[in-house]
Amino acid sequence: MSAFVRGMKKGIPIGVGYLSVSFTFGIMAIAYGFDWWQAVIISMTTLTSAGQLAGIGIMVIPGQYIEMLISQLTINLRYSFMSVSLSQKTSSEFRGIKRWLLGFFMTDEIFAVASDEEEVTSVFFVGLSIMPFLGWTFGTLLGSLLGNILPSAIMNALCLAIYGMFVAIVAPRARSSKAILTVVLFAAALHSLFYYLPFLKTVSSGIAISISAIVSAVFGAVAFPIREQEDGV
Amino acid sequence: MTNDFRLYLLILAGSTYLIRAIPFALLQKKITNRYVRSFLFYIPFTVLAAMTVPAAFYATGHIVSAVVGLLIGCLVAIKGKGLTVVAAVSCASALAVELLYTVLI
Repeated sequence: MSAFVRGMKKGIPIGVGYLSVSFTFGIMAIAYGFDWWQAVIISMTTLTSAGQLAGIGIMVIPGQYIEMLISQLTINLRYSFMSVSLSQKTSSEFRGIKRWLLGFFMTDEIFAVASDEEEVTSVFFVGLSIMPFLGWTFGTLLGSLLGNILPSAIMNALCLAIYGMFVAIVAPRARSSKAILTVVLFAAALHSLFYYLPFLKTVSSGIAISISAIVSAVFGAVAFPIREQEDGV
Repeated sequence: MTNDFRLYLLILAGSTYLIRAIPFALLQKKITNRYVRSFLFYIPFTVLAAMTVPAAFYATGHIVSAVVGLLIGCLVAIKGKGLTVVAAVSCASALAVELLYTVLI
């Protein structure tokens, strides 16, 4: 089996997962007042869950460009670390323009599967990226077109899918590491303060999420610095 | 919001692309500072936690259906189920509560 086909097969479960989550993104984008084609373009050009969700929340208010940049840099900072990490595992031909082009596909799940390889070739990485990209694109299209005709109880319930995915990433790690659990609870508590307290409530959501996440990660780094072997990201 | 949309999209997609591609294309060495590595290690979790709490409580029609969906999602996730299953179970649980609401009220 060629590396391309092998990569494509490994991408199928990711693609199916993305299909369901981006369906929700499509519904949410329509609920925020976007057209279906805008939702699809956002998904095709950005290919990320948390960043897009925060992004459309900021886009509905005009002129918050700096805020958009800060929130995206914070939310997506993890990708830099993944890119650094995967750059250590690539084959010798996987460099230069190939890295500039394929770096676009560095999502949490594609990174996780690619990291599982002994050595990552560019052909394998292309194959691996195809199904997740298609799943994310078509899920958004379907969600934004079909979202309107679904009964409201189903629409409401589907809005939880994207958060269900976040829970699926965080909960198992928080369960196996006291440090992660503490840091996660710290971040949740901090952002709740921004959400409910009279003065802090006026801070817009992108900034509030950024501040909560950065302060909590700094707290984690100082209180529970990782040992080398813990660093599986 | 056409002009706004173009500029917003450029910032959204452009920053997301660059933050992925620049380190991938340029960095060859590993970051060795323990505290920087720790910060980068925790960032994905703190971002997701801050995005979920408390916004997810209000994602559905009623706070009860959202909380039930999230809690059951947590349990299923801890049992080791993947992304798709957890997301599906969360939605199904929330839907069950939503439907119960409709029947009772």
